[in-house]
Formats: sequence, structure tokens, C-alpha cells
Amino acid sequence: MAKILDKQRYKCALAAMQTVQAIDRACPVLHSGPGCAQKLSDTTGSSGYLSPQIFPCTSINEKDVVFGGVKKLESTIANALKVIDADLYVVLTGCIPEIVGDDVADVVSKFSDAEKPVVFAPTAGFKGNNYKGHEQVVEAIVTQYLKKSDDKQKGLVNIWADVPYQDLFWLGNIRELENLLTEIGLTPNTIFGYQRGIENINKIPHAEFNLLVSPWVGLKNMKTMEKTLGIPYLHYPVLPVGATETGKFLREVGKFANIDEGKVEAVIKKHEDYFYYLISRYADLFLENRVINKQFSVVADAQYSLAITKFLVNDLGLTPAKQFVTDDTPKEYQEAIKAEFNNLNFGIKADVAFETDGFKIHEAIKEHDYHGYPLVLGGYYEKELTEKLKGNFLNISWPVLDKVVFDDFYVGYTGGIRLIEDIYTVAVQRFN
Amino acid sequence: MAINLNNSNVAVRENRIGSITGYIGSLKDLAEKSQCGTLKGCARCFSQSSTCLSLCGLSQLAGIRDVAIIHHGPSGCSVTSSTSYYMSKVMSKKRGVTSDTVYVGTDMNEKDTIFGSTEALRKIILETYKRYKPKAIFVSSSCATGIIGEDIDSIVDDVKDEIEVPVVAVHCEGFKSKIWATGFDISDHAVMQSIVQKPRPGVKTNKINFKNFFESARPEIIEMFKQFDLDPVFLYCNSTVEELSHLSESLATTCICGTLGNYLGNALEEKYGVPYVRSINQCGIIGFETWLREIGKVTHREDKIEKYIQEQRAIYLPKIEEVKKELTGLTAVLGMGPGYTFEVSRVLNELGIKVVWALAWHYDKKYENGDVPPSMKYLLDNDIDFETSVADQQNYEVMNILNKYKPDMYLSRHPGSTVWAIKNGTPAIYVADEYMIFGYKHTLEFANAILDTVRNRSFEENLAKRTKLPYTQWWYEQKVDKFFEEAK
Repeated sequence: MAKILDKQRYKCALAAMQTVQAIDRACPVLHSGPGCAQKLSDTTGSSGYLSPQIFPCTSINEKDVVFGGVKKLESTIANALKVIDADLYVVLTGCIPEIVGDDVADVVSKFSDAEKPVVFAPTAGFKGNNYKGHEQVVEAIVTQYLKKSDDKQKGLVNIWADVPYQDLFWLGNIRELENLLTEIGLTPNTIFGYQRGIENINKIPHAEFNLLVSPWVGLKNMKTMEKTLGIPYLHYPVLPVGATETGKFLREVGKFANIDEGKVEAVIKKHEDYFYYLISRYADLFLENRVINKQFSVVADAQYSLAITKFLVNDLGLTPAKQFVTDDTPKEYQEAIKAEFNNLNFGIKADVAFETDGFKIHEAIKEHDYHGYPLVLGGYYEKELTEKLKGNFLNISWPVLDKVVFDDFYVGYTGGIRLIEDIYTVAVQRFN
Repeated sequence: MAINLNNSNVAVRENRIGSITGYIGSLKDLAEKSQCGTLKGCARCFSQSSTCLSLCGLSQLAGIRDVAIIHHGPSGCSVTSSTSYYMSKVMSKKRGVTSDTVYVGTDMNEKDTIFGSTEALRKIILETYKRYKPKAIFVSSSCATGIIGEDIDSIVDDVKDEIEVPVVAVHCEGFKSKIWATGFDISDHAVMQSIVQKPRPGVKTNKINFKNFFESARPEIIEMFKQFDLDPVFLYCNSTVEELSHLSESLATTCICGTLGNYLGNALEEKYGVPYVRSINQCGIIGFETWLREIGKVTHREDKIEKYIQEQRAIYLPKIEEVKKELTGLTAVLGMGPGYTFEVSRVLNELGIKVVWALAWHYDKKYENGDVPPSMKYLLDNDIDFETSVADQQNYEVMNILNKYKPDMYLSRHPGSTVWAIKNGTPAIYVADEYMIFGYKHTLEFANAILDTVRNRSFEENLAKRTKLPYTQWWYEQKVDKFFEEAK
């Protein structure tokens, strides 16, 4: 049912064009209205090898709505193959072809003999948001392009985490997760970002297991790959930020991959030593300021709301006020996510709301007693609200209009330090 | 033009003023064919994405202070709400006012496409009113709601009894027109329909309606107009509903971009007799003076304006002549909306820069009053001609042209287009702000900006050297109109 989307924090499924964009030399081909790509693009970090303004698009018009747009789609794909130099073409459908009933799968099947792979992901806007759309793209690649392989490479692990572009830190995070896995002796394989592309996609079936670092996005893909490619998976629902969570993460991955415990512990110790060297130098800043109080709220998708809550509670000793999950998490995943919010140090439980209505989120923040200045980590919408409450605000979730991030990240040990730097950069701009 | 304010639908530009998005030839040929009525736009069998008319239309409306936009469709359609929120916050702050404009979506899902969602929409309209008490509410359709036939007009009629402010249906199906500027017309139509009132009897004013985008030159224009005893009312960014309700009382309407202001200007003239200043726009010296003199004529302030022109000429013309010496002989390709392409072409000509190819993102054969656009007429009257094409931001065509002509610079006005030129090694000037070439002062700044850009090509060269472009060699060997086909 239609519902009020007040201060919206996600896009429609077609925004999965950004998931394709994040794969080096992959080209989205849109069967949609002329302006969908521009609307769904982000203004920073999008001018790479292909930008949304130049994605091939059928630019459906009134006549196509009446007579169908399959012919236009066919010529658009055929010519995209000639004009655009790419390794993989992903056809994405918008609302119109799915309502009028264009048989897109049939058109795409005509390109099965093309020199380059062409796959198709149904991503009509009304089918769900871009978290779902992201899954649709991965699903399309897995089911239409990849084949099962018995040739497994020892220690090879496919890592899946954040939704590119929707997540501000997607590039830095996935690289840091790779680094962490490499340190404990595994060989990571990811398909997003610099110098990751079709060759990495081709490696997927040779992995020993899939590692999903996300509360729910991508779980569907893991199950599909288990079934069709015979790849088992480890679902780790918490994006690890800071020492406590990253230690837990490395231990669990190590155990799943049968890595010598001593080796994992040595990696953890090395990082914790440096982490606490830094923390101890700045501990006075945490204690002796008049601005950051104990209570905080995160307004973000399940990934960040959970990750930052765990970090601020378990590493920095803060107390969670109400937390908000804004990604329209499907009902079937909500209980498990709630359980994670209830699993914090010293038996602390965080009250979490799955809420897509920004008005209600703002009312709840206004009503809550933070016992001092609130600390709010959220989307740009919380900036003015937090200012009015004389609190401290950090823009960490979409929409991000207050920060430019190239390849910075919040994951892991270094990521935890970066997040602290960001929070205290806000704090030091005032005295009390 | 006959404007029908009883109907919430606006005929698209293609049907109303013969606008096209596919043409290749010369400026003269384009003009002759439009005058004798033989111009036919082409379609393409391959295209790259462009822009949605709803983005243009609803962003304009969301610039008005303290109103509500309700975009009925899936969450991708209403994604503009995030940038609109940002814009209304930063733009109002810059001006020292506040805006609590809200833009909400309805997050339509698959069930809604089957069973409809008019009841949910009705509740959302009422809830939005309850939450924010906006001064006006605009309820927009989308492609999906348009195709399944959601009757937003009836819903709007239905809630009018329960809401004390204007509520108006806005028809923004993206597939309706490839010309996103149709969105500007749609927003003007909605404002005319629901907000603009008849002039109050006996009210005398020295106001002049000034349609622009983001009012960066507002303070200086106010200052200038003071000398002519004119008081500009800037639209729609930071406008209030109250201000808009009195547009019919102004002495005249003018605009910074014909594509943007044409519909409102003509509608106010037709309905309320407010004269619409039709001239080339304010870019460059010739444009600025022609425009000012036209305002003088329409508002009977010729003497004051002539005095101002002479004063400013003395200050700026020698300086502009100095820079011009360095620019003369350079070559340019430009790609902009038609409201700017033919205006900026004229300015480049004034600065001694040779336009080798001009792309217009669309072309209106006629303006609402039936004339050829004034900027075009000026170029023809002055025997200026160059290769011209009409392409709805088809970047692969731009790249083909840049590759063949290797101009000294590329000028563009749309986000995401200049980056491709610099990756090609062509210095690019992003003519983003609509006042970038406004009047004497900004024409001088513009000339200097060009000079700075072409002098230091380090960034372009560094980037181009290390960049692989996404277009195949095959494409660069084709003619620009390779994918043109007869429009059906």
C-alpha cells in the first residue's frame, strides 16, 4: 500500500543502476523513462568510467507506452554493444515496461550470443527500493551469467557488504574488509570498485564460501548462490566498526574458515595495540569536553544503525537513545535485527524503530530526553533538527549533502578511528 | 497561445510549439525550415539517458516557500525530495528567510499498480496538510500513476473541502515529453491555475516579475532596478504564495531564460494584460542593452535606462575589450538548452570566439506567441551561422563532435556534461549559474573565466592522459547522425 514517504531515505529499485555502475567496466542499459537515471544518480562520485547521464536508455515516450517498447529496447542494446566499450551489460527495467508488459527477458535472450554478456534485472520502481534493486542485480549476474564450478580455490572468499552509492563509504569499506581478510590469511574476492570487474565476477564460483556482512541486504543472493553455485555462506549481520566488533568479526570468520586461532589472535592484538595507543592519547578529549554527552541516536539503514550503535556502546561506552532503521527492512528480518540491538555490553538494550516516516522520527527525537546535547548521526534531514536541539550532528546516511567522501571508511579498526575523528571534528567546533 | 486554466493538463511542447530533439545541419537551415514550417525532428534508435520533466517542474514548485509537494509514485520519482529539501534550506538561509517547504512521496508499490491507491493518496494529502499547514499543496502524478489511470484530479477536487489552502493537480508523467522544459510549463500552469489572483482594484505598483532559477544576482538587480524605480519580484526560488498571488498586478514580466519563463510570461500577458518582455536575453553586452531598452519601452522608463547604460559602458567596455584581444580566434563547441545555446553563441561572437558547433538540448520552432525565438532571430539578422544540432543531451554525439573539431573549449550548462569534455582533453566551462554572463560585470568575469580556463589546461591534460573513454573507436568513426531515424 502506498504510504507517506516524508524525508525519504532510499530510492526505487531502478537505482540499482548504481550497483552496476560500481562494477568496473559494467554498463547499465535502462529500459525506462528519459530522466530516471539522472534522478536516481548522486551528485558526487558519479563521473567515473560511465556516468548516469550517459547510460544507454530507451527513453520511453507516449507511443512506446501504447505500442510497447521492445523494438526500441532491442536497438538500444544492439547499439550500446557497438558504441560503449564495456565488459558486461545489465539491462534494467523501470516502471513503464513492467506495467505495459514488454517481454524484456525475450529481447535480452536474443543477445545470448553477443560478444559480451548481457543480463537483465527487473527493477521497476514499484517493486521495491534500491536495497532490493541491488539484490536483483546480483541475482541477475548469478543466475544468468555464472556457472557452477567444482574448481575451488583454497582460501578464496567472496565478500558482500554495502549497497554502492547508497552507502557513502561503500568503496573504502569493501577495501578494508578485503584487507582484514587478507591479514588472517584468506584471499578476498569482491566485484565493486577500482580494478574489480568481470574477472572478479568470473572468480565467484571458485570461492570456498561467501561472506555477507550486512543485517539483511544480500541474504537472498547468498541463498541463491548456495543453491545454484553450491557456495556455502557465512552471514555476519554486523558491519564491524572499532576494536570490539572487529575482533568478534575476525574470530568468527576465522572459525568458519578453519584458520588457526593463534594467527587470528595475533592480527587482532596487533590492531588493538595501535587502536588503544590512539584512543589513550585522545581519551581526555572524550572525557573532558562539554559537548558530547552519553546519549545518541542513529538514523540510517539497518547496516549503519546497527554498526554505529554497537561501536558507540561497546567501544566508547555511550548509551543508546532510540535508534532508527529507515531502509524499509522486510518484516521477516526485523526480529533478528532487533535481537542484535539487544545484544550489547553490560546487558544494554537499544530501543530500535523500523520507520520510514521522517516526521515520526523527528517527533521521537524531539520527545526524547538525551540528558544533555543530543548526538545524532543520520541523514541530511537531521541537520536542522539537531541544530534546533543544540545537539551535534554528523551526516553518515543518505541523503548525504554535508560531506564529501572519496574512499574513506568506517569499517574495522581504522574505520572506528575515522568515525571518532568525524564526531569530534563536529564537537570541537563549539565550546559548550 | 490559448492557455486553458480550467484544465490541469498542459499540452507538451512537441504539440504546442513544435519542439524537437533531433536535428543536424546549420543554424540558417534550422531557422529557414522552422519559418516555412518544413522542420521535422528526428528520432534516434540509440540514445543515452537525459532528464525527466517532473524534475524540472516539481523542483521549480519546491522552490516556493512553505508549500507542500506530494509526488504520487514509486520512491524513485520522489527522490528529488532530498535535493529539494537541501535547496530550500540553503537557499532560504542565504537570503535570510526560512522555508518549511515539504516534498513527500507516496512509495507506491506493486499492489497499488493493480488495485489503485487513490484512497491512500487522499489520506497522505490530508496528513501532509495536518503536519505542516503549507500555504499551497501541489499533487503530482508520475509515469506509473499516469499509466494505471489514477485520477488525481478527482482526489484533489475531493480534498479541497477539507483544506483551506490551494490544492492543485500537476501532471508530471515523465514519458509525456522528451523535452524536460515542459516541466517548467507545467509548474507555471499550476501556479497560474491555483495561486495567481486577479489584480486587486486600485493597487498601483512598480513591481516587475523576474523569472529565474536561483537568484544569485538578486541584490545587484534590486540595486540596479532601484535606479529605474522598478522593484523586481524573483520567481520561484524563495517566493511566497502571497507574492505569487499578486503577479497579475506587476508592470511587466521578464525572465533570465526564455525556455524557463516563456509560459508564465505569455500566460500573465494573455490572462491579465501584464506585458511580457520579449527580447534576446541579458547575456553579453548586446543582450543586456537590448533587454534593458525593451524594459524601458514596456515600463516607460527609457531615459533612466539610457543613462544607466552609458555609465556602465564607460566603466566596463574598455576592460572587456582588453580581454577580448586574448580571446579572439579561439574556437568553441557548446551544448545547452535552447534558452541559452543561441544566446551564449552571440556572446562568444561578441568576444571574438568562433563557434564551430552549437548543440541545443531541444529546439522550439516557435515561442508561445508564434514568433521565432529572439536569440535565433538576432543571429540570422547579423549573418552569423555555424553547424548546429539538436540533441537531448546525447553525450555520445557531443564526444563525436569534440573529437572531430578539437575546439579550444566546450561550454555546457547541464550537470554531468562538462566532465566528458575534460576527459577528452577539451577545456570546459560550466555555465551553471544563470547570471554567469549577466550584464557588463558578469560578461567581463565570463571572459576572464574563459581566459583562465584555456590558459591553464593542466587539469584537463592530466586527466585526459590517464583516462580511457567509454566510447569505441567505431563510434568516433561514424557520422554524428548515425542513429537518426524518421520520427514516427
